[in-house]
Amino acid sequence: MCLNNKLSEGDKINLSDLIGTLDKTPSALIKTKKQLKNLQHNQSTLETPLTRKETEKIQREVAFEKTSKEVSRWQSVVLQNQKAEQLVFPLNQEPSGPKRIEHVVAGWKAQTPLEQEIFSLLRMNKQPLHDPVLTPTEEASLRAMSLEEAKIRRAELQKTRVLQSYYEAKAKRGKKIKSKKYHRVQKKVMRKEYLKQFDEMVKTDPAAALEELKKMELSRMKERMSLKHQNSGKWAKSKAIMAKYDDGARKAMQKQLEVNKDLTQKLVIPADEDEEDEEESAETLPDFVNDVEPILDQVNPWMRGKLSTEPMMEESNRLDPPVWPREVGKPGEGQDEQEEDEEQMEETEEESLLRGFEERRKLRQTEDKAEILEISDYDEEAVEISDDDEEAGLSNFTSLFHGLVNHMEPPADQPKAGPGLRQGESPALLEEGLVRVRTLEDVELLSQDISTSDTALLTTQILGTEETDTQSATQQADKKRKKMIDPNEVLTKEAKVIEMPLAPTAVEDVEDKEEQRVIIKEAFAGDDVVSDFLKDKRKQEEAGRPKVIDLTLPGWGEWGGLGLQPSRSKRKRFRVKVAPPPPRQDQKLPNIIIAEKRDSSIAAHQVCQLPFPFEKPIQFERTIRSPVGRTWNTQNAVQKITAPKVVTQLGAIIEPIAREDLIKDNRQAVTGPSINLESDQGPQKKRRSQQKKQHKRKKN
Amino acid sequence: MAASSETMLKKPHVGKKRKPPTRYWERTEEDGKNDGKKQKEGDNNEQTPQQNNTRTKKGGKRGGKRGGAGKKVISGKSDPFPGSAPVPEEKLKKFRRGVKGELPPRPQYKLRDVVIRSEAASDLAQKQNARYDLMLPEDAGFLEGDEDEDTCTISQDDIVDAVDITAGAKYFNLTLSQFGPYRLDYSKTGRHLLLGGRRGHVTCLDWQSKQLMCEMNVMETVNDVKWLHSEALFAVAQKKWLYIYDNKGIELHCIRKFNDVLRMQFLPYHFLLATASATGFLQYLDVSVGKEVVAICTKAGRLDVMAHNPHNAIIHLGHSNGTVTLWTPNQREPLVKMLCHQGGVRSVAVDKTGTYMVTSGMDKKLKVYDIRAYRPLQSYFLPAGASCLSLSQRGLLSAATGDIVQVYRDVWGIPVTKPYMAHRAKGSVWGVHFCPFEDVLGVGHGEGFTSMVVPGAGEPNFDGLDANPYRSAKQRQEWEVKALLEKIQPELIGLDPSQLSQVDHSTWEQRHEDRVQVLGFDPLAKEKFTPRLKTKGRSSSGKVEKRKKQVAHEDQRDVIRQTVEDRMKIDKERKEKEKKKAAAAGQKSALDRFRK
Repeated sequence: MCLNNKLSEGDKINLSDLIGTLDKTPSALIKTKKQLKNLQHNQSTLETPLTRKETEKIQREVAFEKTSKEVSRWQSVVLQNQKAEQLVFPLNQEPSGPKRIEHVVAGWKAQTPLEQEIFSLLRMNKQPLHDPVLTPTEEASLRAMSLEEAKIRRAELQKTRVLQSYYEAKAKRGKKIKSKKYHRVQKKVMRKEYLKQFDEMVKTDPAAALEELKKMELSRMKERMSLKHQNSGKWAKSKAIMAKYDDGARKAMQKQLEVNKDLTQKLVIPADEDEEDEEESAETLPDFVNDVEPILDQVNPWMRGKLSTEPMMEESNRLDPPVWPREVGKPGEGQDEQEEDEEQMEETEEESLLRGFEERRKLRQTEDKAEILEISDYDEEAVEISDDDEEAGLSNFTSLFHGLVNHMEPPADQPKAGPGLRQGESPALLEEGLVRVRTLEDVELLSQDISTSDTALLTTQILGTEETDTQSATQQADKKRKKMIDPNEVLTKEAKVIEMPLAPTAVEDVEDKEEQRVIIKEAFAGDDVVSDFLKDKRKQEEAGRPKVIDLTLPGWGEWGGLGLQPSRSKRKRFRVKVAPPPPRQDQKLPNIIIAEKRDSSIAAHQVCQLPFPFEKPIQFERTIRSPVGRTWNTQNAVQKITAPKVVTQLGAIIEPIAREDLIKDNRQAVTGPSINLESDQGPQKKRRSQQKKQHKRKKN
Repeated sequence: MAASSETMLKKPHVGKKRKPPTRYWERTEEDGKNDGKKQKEGDNNEQTPQQNNTRTKKGGKRGGKRGGAGKKVISGKSDPFPGSAPVPEEKLKKFRRGVKGELPPRPQYKLRDVVIRSEAASDLAQKQNARYDLMLPEDAGFLEGDEDEDTCTISQDDIVDAVDITAGAKYFNLTLSQFGPYRLDYSKTGRHLLLGGRRGHVTCLDWQSKQLMCEMNVMETVNDVKWLHSEALFAVAQKKWLYIYDNKGIELHCIRKFNDVLRMQFLPYHFLLATASATGFLQYLDVSVGKEVVAICTKAGRLDVMAHNPHNAIIHLGHSNGTVTLWTPNQREPLVKMLCHQGGVRSVAVDKTGTYMVTSGMDKKLKVYDIRAYRPLQSYFLPAGASCLSLSQRGLLSAATGDIVQVYRDVWGIPVTKPYMAHRAKGSVWGVHFCPFEDVLGVGHGEGFTSMVVPGAGEPNFDGLDANPYRSAKQRQEWEVKALLEKIQPELIGLDPSQLSQVDHSTWEQRHEDRVQVLGFDPLAKEKFTPRLKTKGRSSSGKVEKRKKQVAHEDQRDVIRQTVEDRMKIDKERKEKEKKKAAAAGQKSALDRFRK
């Protein structure tokens, strides 16, 4: 149009002119033509408008999307407020209290000549006046790090992190490998490397080397304390079993003991043994509770087991001369050598393992037989179920005690009840005499006051004396018993005599102490405290054990009547065996009875359902582990811990969050201050001042 | 406070201290050094920030907000030691409660927030407690002899000569030969002494000022005396009944429910007076409301040996068959029964932390047990056996054999061979008791009462809010109210005092059982259907049976219907959910064509 106007200024316009231009631009014409054609083709009518319902639906959808978008903008704020530890209403209030100088100075100008002079001085020295608090040099230093540098740095950090994670993964994988050999080799390599380093260090940095040496010494001490090289480990036990047949195993054990000896050498202290109760022991049953085992090393109770190994070995030498002397005389073999030997011995180990398996299988078979026998017994005499139970329920402790009694007697070849058994016991107890808990050798050892903690060595001797498999099986059973005996030896403590500087004056006649002791002994000979206690304990155990439920109905599917028993198979089918209860707490404490009954009184006060966000009880327990009250915490801590979730200022108008707040996107401003639990210093000035204000208002 | 600080040395063997009490100024110096070190470390970190990024981050955090703010402040020097002063690790360990756990994963942000917050709170509490621990600098000192001198040979007179007047005044004798032998009890603050003579003489006094509060003769045998929660009330177990007097000697109550009481123990935080009687009953009296909580028949004969565990408020009873039993008011049977001695048990004592129990028996043995694991630790043979035992707050053990009182140090550690101190009383000893917060051992005997000085016995740091020896009457009253408000209910007594903070793992069935036991009936039990009596032959046994069956059938149908409905509902919900999911996913998978 504009162009046309310009043209029209000169002369008149003809139609041909206009058309001529059309000719010059054919493409436009074609376009319009096409469009016209299209229009002609499109004969279809306009679509009918949607129904009202439909349009409304669409409108609603659009409106929903719009509003949801609008509302979702508040989402983060709402979440923030929900998460906030404390909300102080009205929100967005200015923090009370003293303000920073910078803030005050910002809107202020120097007016008096003095002020102006000062400010000029400051300017001269390039000191910052207000808002940019930093000096130019500081700012420059801040600017020194560019974006690219930061990016490079970040990349580096990422790389290191990734490398770290790779390394961690690798270490984890290595840790999971179960191959002993792998670890052994690994360890060896490490050790060599370490030694190399150490040698270098000795040359270069003797002070650090000394430190290292100290560390090594410390680790040695730790190892010494760990009792690792005693013969109580799994490996050692297996070796002990095989020691009779296998030279390699014996050697290995010997070496282990040597290591132990080396490690423990320092602590051997000549122990003075004043055994005052000698004559009391080994006469009547009751006394063993107190004095069986003397503490060789009274200073360190942990040393008992170790120290006893030496005499034990001597003992074994005496008992088994053809086997032992060969290995004993090989001192001065280090740990490293031992390991090499171990590698050599692997073959023999395998053999020993195989043998062990065989033995175990046999033992299992015999046990099965015994079980079958028992079951048949059970079926024959259904009436005697309770008696059987009693027999089975002969607890370890009784067997132990009786075993202790029995070993005083000559080894029971004939199943005769020892005199130690009391009359009050059931016949089942009398049968128990068959099981030999300790052998002659043990008795000898015991008489020399040696602790029996080294069961492994003992069993090697025992195995040496026996040939047949069944016997070995019974020995295994013995061993099991012995394991349970162990806590007992803890119980039997040697009483230490205390010297009294002043003798008590005789209120009662205490002239002859011996005489009095005898009197006391006589007085308590009758009431056997121990056996009473054991009976009580057994009774409790019985009560706690679930009963076998017998659901057999006589006469169903077969003849019933007086004197007729339901068939065995049927009784078997209808007997419901109850799962054994969890082991009693006092299982390993022979002189303790712990009641298993649940104390339900406290349950009423306990939390029985986890509150909302918690998923595991342990999470909840951890959150309530520390007390909140003033008795256990400082005043400041209590105030912080028990701060209320919402604080409202008295009399202040609380307005809803405004849109401006949202736009500002200053979350801190919206949510208000949070409680600072990180720093443990300084009272909360803000809150206190607020509270003061509140107080004032209240007063007014 | 503790005489330990006063028992200064004039003679070489008395009151030599291992180390002087640590003072806070010394501590701060050390801390300062540490601080400096840490600061240096921080500097190093800043110099080489790229080496270990995580550490520098932490360092920045440690600096705290103060450090961060320091940059922006115009005036003043920068703080050379920014951030709060560090707290020594050992102290922190002392106040640690429980162990920290792992944080839950991020998706569970609500749980994570809660856990983080609680961890922060407990950390804060721990740190502050550790920080304020420097307010308790006093330490106990002990007697130390010369090279070849036993401390047990040092007599009380020697000690009194060596120490200052106030400490020396704590050794005194009361000659009361007429109505002895005497039992005694110190109040919880250690300020007041209560004496009860076997032949009826009861007296209470402020033993430090020697001010007599009351004195009387009840004209009956007195078996035991005990202070109640404060020095205003005390209980006396007399020949037949239990009596309660106030500190003026006025009889307030005669409690007829408690007969033949031989021994008493008071549980201060539960306000319970536990009594053991000659008839074998263990009874608990709630002194705050004056009601008997429970009476348990122990079935163990005459109970004349009793102690209580201050850690968990469990009562230990010693029996003539050599056993010691542990009791709570909540169970009718002993929680634990320990076989301790060959003969009868003569005396039992439990230490303040609830870790050790010391028993003495007729077999003349003195045994130390770890009562957390119920294992014997030490066993001693005393030539004449110990009749009374008492443990002090710092773990000294006093044992009376005949007329000699011996004090042992650290009986549960290295086995001792000699007593720490020994003293011969004028008559046979009837009761020994350590005075709380004082280095004093009270001994009641046939000829009266002796107060011994035993250096290192009492706890030197007292908690002013709990038991304040110097409190005024007003403070006492306030304390009483607070203590009553904080009274612990007897149901909470158990072997493990922290059980309350654990979640009850019991099953629903167990809880229901407990409820039934408490209520006496099952609230959820269905009423059993009893057919109505009908006339005209409609109540014949066959008909009745038929009706019963009908009802049972109906019930069963109800149950089945309910379960089916539930299942349908669940199915429907699941389907709907799936449909929604599919709709949300939008895309059709290749397998969708097989769907209906």
